[in-house]
Amino acid sequence: MMTLPPALSAWFAAQGWTLHPHQLAMLDRAQDPATLLIAPTGGGKTLAGFLPSLAELGEAPPPGLHTLYVSPLKALTADIRRNLGRPIEGAGLKIRVEDRTGDTSWTQRRRQRADPPHILLTTPESLALLLSYEDAPRIFQGLQRVIVDEIHALAESKRGDQLVLQLARLRSRNPALRLVGLSATVENPPALARFLAPQTTILQADPGPDPDISMLETEAHPPWSGGGGRYAIPAILNEITRHKTTLIFHNTRAQAELFFHDLWLQNTQDLPIGIHHGSLSRESRERVEKAMSDGQLRAVVCTGSLDLGIDWGDVDLVIQVGAPKNVKRLVQRIGRANHRYNAPSKALLVPANRFEVVECQAALDAVRAHSLDGEPRGPGPRDVLCQHILATACAGPFDADEFYAEVITAGPYALLTKEEFDACLDFVATGGYALRAYDRWQRLKQTNGKWHLRDPRAAALIRQNLGTIIDIETLKVRLRGQGAPLGEVEESFAATLTPGDTFLIGGQIVRYESLREMTVEVSRSSGRDPKVAVFNGTKFATSTLLTDRILQIFQQESWPDLPAHTAWWLARQREVSRLPDPRSLLLESFPHDGREHLVIYGFAGRNAQQTLGLLVTKQMESQGLAPLGFVATDYATLIWGLDPVTDPAPLFDLATLRDGLDTWLAGNAVMKRTFRSTAIIAGLIERSHQGRRKTGRQATFSSDILYDTLRRYDPDHLLLQITREEALRGLIDFSRIEAMLARIEGRIDLVRLNRVTPLAAPLFFEPGRIPVQGEGRDRLASAQAQALMEAAGLT
Amino acid sequence: MHHRLLLQGETLHLMPSGALFWPARATLAVSDLHLGKSERLARRGGALLPPYETQATLEKLDHDLEATRAEKVICLGDSFDDLAALDGIEEASRLWLIRLMAGRDWTWITGNHDPGPIEIGGTHRAELPLAPFTFRHIADPAQSAEISGHYHPKARLAGQSRPCFLADADRLILPAYGAYTGGLSCTDPALAALMAKDALAILTGPRVLAIPMPR
Repeated sequence: MMTLPPALSAWFAAQGWTLHPHQLAMLDRAQDPATLLIAPTGGGKTLAGFLPSLAELGEAPPPGLHTLYVSPLKALTADIRRNLGRPIEGAGLKIRVEDRTGDTSWTQRRRQRADPPHILLTTPESLALLLSYEDAPRIFQGLQRVIVDEIHALAESKRGDQLVLQLARLRSRNPALRLVGLSATVENPPALARFLAPQTTILQADPGPDPDISMLETEAHPPWSGGGGRYAIPAILNEITRHKTTLIFHNTRAQAELFFHDLWLQNTQDLPIGIHHGSLSRESRERVEKAMSDGQLRAVVCTGSLDLGIDWGDVDLVIQVGAPKNVKRLVQRIGRANHRYNAPSKALLVPANRFEVVECQAALDAVRAHSLDGEPRGPGPRDVLCQHILATACAGPFDADEFYAEVITAGPYALLTKEEFDACLDFVATGGYALRAYDRWQRLKQTNGKWHLRDPRAAALIRQNLGTIIDIETLKVRLRGQGAPLGEVEESFAATLTPGDTFLIGGQIVRYESLREMTVEVSRSSGRDPKVAVFNGTKFATSTLLTDRILQIFQQESWPDLPAHTAWWLARQREVSRLPDPRSLLLESFPHDGREHLVIYGFAGRNAQQTLGLLVTKQMESQGLAPLGFVATDYATLIWGLDPVTDPAPLFDLATLRDGLDTWLAGNAVMKRTFRSTAIIAGLIERSHQGRRKTGRQATFSSDILYDTLRRYDPDHLLLQITREEALRGLIDFSRIEAMLARIEGRIDLVRLNRVTPLAAPLFFEPGRIPVQGEGRDRLASAQAQALMEAAGLT
Repeated sequence: MHHRLLLQGETLHLMPSGALFWPARATLAVSDLHLGKSERLARRGGALLPPYETQATLEKLDHDLEATRAEKVICLGDSFDDLAALDGIEEASRLWLIRLMAGRDWTWITGNHDPGPIEIGGTHRAELPLAPFTFRHIADPAQSAEISGHYHPKARLAGQSRPCFLADADRLILPAYGAYTGGLSCTDPALAALMAKDALAILTGPRVLAIPMPR
């Protein structure tokens, strides 16, 4: 076993610290090529990851980079630098620790390249940049260890794929390199181990006691639909007063904003409460983070931006507002409460509406049963590989065969064929077009068997585009005549505003004044209710594990575990119509408000239900049923139109749906959006840099045009293949439609009713209604144009 | 279906493709073709965009010429993405363009992207008077009865943003005709200042739609 420097052991002893068993085990395994440590929050995971490095470096190490630490959050690297600084300085070790992120100054970064610290803390994006420099081999020459923190979170996105490709690069340069992955509880540890590196061993720390978790009881009943949980504010304020520090998680930024605003209106005791989410300006977020770690706040309303492991000190209660959608994430959020190892975390769930009451109950059952959800990871995305090839070419010439051999050592790319690799290389080098090539202007050229950039000056531009996080176009929001921005809104949201509209940002109501130089100018508004309530946030689909459990709950004879109002609602549904069950697909059809309605209780998650809406309305259109629009939730799709559906079976025929999918995918907005991300990651289009965008005639044109052009002239192009793959996996989620159809084995029950049913009623209040684009919509646009002309007296 | 516009006593057809047809003169006008754009970006070491935009633009132009049987064609500037763009265009597209030009009175107006004369037939002009109109690349606020391009105007209707014509009693601005062209919202101060209060925006797309110009 490796031993710690005596000075460090002495310092630990002086602090009264004893190492946990898994921390000692990490020292034992210091020589293993790759280790995955799974430990609950508060278990001293990060220290466990660093102990072997501290042991190897000793009291006065020679200069040179020894350990690379990669985390998904910039804030986390700063946090770790402080936490690691204490024992290092306390024990008087001569170890230099520095961080390097997008926020690090240019001079500092330059100096780090010339004289790297012993331990460098960074993010996947900054590492990609570092590896793309010509002097990368020199910087990483003596690298011994890499620690990947929060690897479970990284593995869920393309950032993880990018990172493991970089790790493969580092490993092939330095075969003695040892990797450590640090993870929260996950459903499939071996899969995550394989993701990190071949031959990774797993070390499982004691998971600690079960959490103390329940549904918050409120006097007010939850509303029929919608999100936000504002009805529960009095009860939540009461909980805040009874605890030291409370984190209040919301699923979307918009909901967090609305909730925070209303919380303040009811906060008669003036409890110090802050808000933290990704749309707020960095200054605002840092202010809240600081106040939080100084113990000045009693509660923080937050979103996924606080999901990851920054140490917030004395959080003793986590409240999840809105259905958790995913048990694994819920468990990880619960872990944010009570950062002391071996003490149970305390959490409360607040369903935002009646459906969510059932989902919260399903989630409670799942947490107690220790069952976690998780969809298996697909193969490594090829757009990320394209970017990796470009970045590698920036660092210097490479041999294609050697490079391929290296790439397939990265877990997600283990099954990548040479043909697939070659297609990516061809795309990067020539554009990969079938009908016409850029013979003269290739991006990469081969000289003496090695690939290199045709124009080395292109490297600077390529480096600017590295990274796999695709920001939705956002605009800064600023109070007119004042400096600091309040936060950001999505461009598509800004486009819908007209002067005088009021909306929420940073917990205050502001009035839209104008759009100036890509900044939304606003003034303070005295009104109490924002006119425009929401801006789009991320939508997570409820996991299969949870929807299955909800269907199981529906099958109970009665519901003693559920609040009375919800049990009564389900009983009413059973009386009037019936409750969906796992073995068949329930459809309800009824007239309402002059339109025919069809409800599809597919329980396939929001994305799949939305796709189902698109495909079924397409079928209905061709059957002449004149569908006008639909809305989807995690549980059901509501379609309205002019004529009723009487023969549903053909609408749900898998082959027909697949055909429909192929044609529909063509001009679809989801595909276009997916294409845009893919094209940016693969290096076909540049990221738009906020600062560089000009007003006046736009220099750029939309990626939609490229998409349409490719579809028309080069339908088998690599990027279209990738786009299709991605869209099917993510936003379209066709696999869950297939799984649902497999589950029901053709059993479709259409119940015809004369009015809206209890279960269907909440769907009528759902936001996010999608119009069906067809001849009908063209007529609608014409009518609207006509009306505008008449109003202007121009006819 | 086109939109009929009466300007200075003349009937003009604003086509869904973004072209302008003037039946009395059998004249077709298009603006901002930006041919050879992808080639220019590649030459400069940037991304390799799908190299099909020249083909797409010529297909559209071919179709409009066929449909209108225009005898005279006016390209309102920025026809080529830069001076070298014509060289970069593949031979097939070049021949196609020459075939379209054959037998037609063809005028290239000078734009800001393709300032000089180019090695191809047709007449090259800074502007073209054709009574009662003057055709030029960039609108001149001091003039009237003018038809121009340059701005790539776009307007929103029913949640969609589309390239559009802008028209008032004094002038008509054409949308960009080329495949890889961005756009400028007609709410932009530059366009709002140029166009009269009662200006119309005529949106291109599957069918042309006229609305009061959004501001």
